[in-house]
Amino acid sequence: MSSSETETTPGRFGPYGGRYVPETLMPAVMALEAAYAEAKADPAFWAELGELQRTYTGRPTPLTFARRLTEKCGGAQIYLKREDLAHTGAHKINNALGQGLLAKRMGKRRIIAETGAGQHGVATATVCALLGMECVVYMGVDDMARQRPNVFRMRLLGAEVRGVESGSRTLKDAINEAMRDWVTNPESYYLLGSALGPHPYPTMVRDFQSVIGHEAREQMLNQVGRLPDVIVACVGGGSNAIGIFHPFLNDTNVALRGVEAGGRGATLGDHAARFFAASPGVLQGTYSYVLQDDDGQIALTHSISAGLDYASVGPEHAWLHDTGRATYTAADDEEALDGFETLSRYEGIIPALESSHAIAEALKLAPTLRKDQIILVNLSGRGDKDIFSVAEALGMEI
Amino acid sequence: MSRIAATFARLRQEGRVALMPYLTVGFPEPGSTLDLVPALEAAGASLFELGMPFSDPLADGATIQRATQRALDHGINLSTCIETVATLRARGLQAPLLLMGYYNPLLRYGIERACADFAAAGGDGWIIPDMPPEESAQLHAAAAAHGLDLIMFVAPTTPDDRMAEIAARASGFIYVVSLTGVTGARASLSTNLATVIERLRRLTDLPLVVGFGISSPAHVAEVAQIADGAIVGSALIAQLEQLPAADLVPGATRFVRELMTGIER
Repeated sequence: MSSSETETTPGRFGPYGGRYVPETLMPAVMALEAAYAEAKADPAFWAELGELQRTYTGRPTPLTFARRLTEKCGGAQIYLKREDLAHTGAHKINNALGQGLLAKRMGKRRIIAETGAGQHGVATATVCALLGMECVVYMGVDDMARQRPNVFRMRLLGAEVRGVESGSRTLKDAINEAMRDWVTNPESYYLLGSALGPHPYPTMVRDFQSVIGHEAREQMLNQVGRLPDVIVACVGGGSNAIGIFHPFLNDTNVALRGVEAGGRGATLGDHAARFFAASPGVLQGTYSYVLQDDDGQIALTHSISAGLDYASVGPEHAWLHDTGRATYTAADDEEALDGFETLSRYEGIIPALESSHAIAEALKLAPTLRKDQIILVNLSGRGDKDIFSVAEALGMEI
Repeated sequence: MSRIAATFARLRQEGRVALMPYLTVGFPEPGSTLDLVPALEAAGASLFELGMPFSDPLADGATIQRATQRALDHGINLSTCIETVATLRARGLQAPLLLMGYYNPLLRYGIERACADFAAAGGDGWIIPDMPPEESAQLHAAAAAHGLDLIMFVAPTTPDDRMAEIAARASGFIYVVSLTGVTGARASLSTNLATVIERLRRLTDLPLVVGFGISSPAHVAEVAQIADGAIVGSALIAQLEQLPAADLVPGATRFVRELMTGIER
């Protein structure tokens, strides 16, 4: 790909993307597109966001050389981009702050969000507290059970968490409910948490998350003296992955590898590995790869990690997949758990179960590469929220 | 002239407006639609909106979500819906039949094939709530090639310039969304509905049919004053949910006759 501009026409990445929403929402989505275009062109907007990233989020997040993990694998050097050290414990704050400032600029008072693992919900609740806005977060009741520390955090931050009982009671259903709220209250601001949904969300969320890749690129050059050979990131909706990938798209010597949730097996319903089993379709406003049955009904998904447990994937990833600029692989629940434990013990860093999928891939990949090669893993979040799920999976009691 | 256009022309001559019931195909039981549609046509309904179930109906409220989930549990898919239309036509049903549902099952079935099969079955139009005009070129072309209308929506939030674009692309009738929200019965209709209709009348001669929230003869009467048709969905589904199996068709007929008093008064 000669250009980093993967958006082939506004809102489209090759055939993927678009804007498949009910007419009631079209004016709101178009107003959002116009407001974002205006903000994007305003240096004052980025100056305010940059100041908050520095003084509130704690950016830039460090680049850490994982010495003991590298020695253990006996191959490529493994570096970690430490989004787990961003305020609220994951990369989700990057997008929540950006969109929160945009919502403020648009004069919005009420914020709607969905959340899977709860990290986006916590980030949104945090930004709403910071900016003094009302916050309603939709979350599948199954996810509320497995990520209950985050439910409590959101409530402490003043957000109203609404449990979603429909469908698979996970991220997909939370997005449906958030969109129903937005259709009913188009004056509210829908703060979508991943690089999915109708245009302009995939582009806008990617722009706000690209701070990860821009920092990482500079840190690699300054700290290590060269770019990595491979960048590895987990892919649910795909916001942390697109955030670290995008600034490297023109660096064609840098391989980009997304890791999906292999769940508990290859049967439809047991995983969220879209690039292995899905076909193009429309879900929740965008055309992308969708796990579905022969009738076009959206399939159930499973992953030990709530943040990767989603039937579709951001449209820009679909395009990167088709063009071959990025490759996609999967780590199953057990491999993720192994990544979780290994990083904890070898580096003193407890990763989120989502990020543990990327760690699992690095553990597989490193021994196959030379010692002078470099793998950069986007450590998208920390794992405190996951201790209950992990304890249960390991048969331990807390 | 299409069946939809002929129906509205006839109603206009008679000085009447259309009642258009919404029924989820395969709800409450797999064969229910085949019994309900002819009975409701006899009770005075002029057109039918038949719901194709989808796992993620994001424009629908709780009532229609329940009905579509039940239909999915019965294994209803786009093929079943098209077969239902064919069977109804074979049994002599005259009223226009429209299929309402989300885009992905159509896409999966194949746009061209879906239009060909639906038209051959005797269908008249598609109502696809997650298909705004901007994304509709392919479906629009395939539908038109098979003599099907792709029904366009206008919402209370639609600005004037956009309304003009929608009116220019529309055929059959325009679906006027009465309120800002998802489907579902409401206590009262939107206060600015009349304004929306007035704005639209200046832009198009197509029939204007109002849906979302209509649940009583009084609502139907209110709509009949200003529009060319009223769609009743969630309120009818809620009736079907409560009726005992033996009283399903008579009960639904009573409910539609009652709604018709809103038109005939």
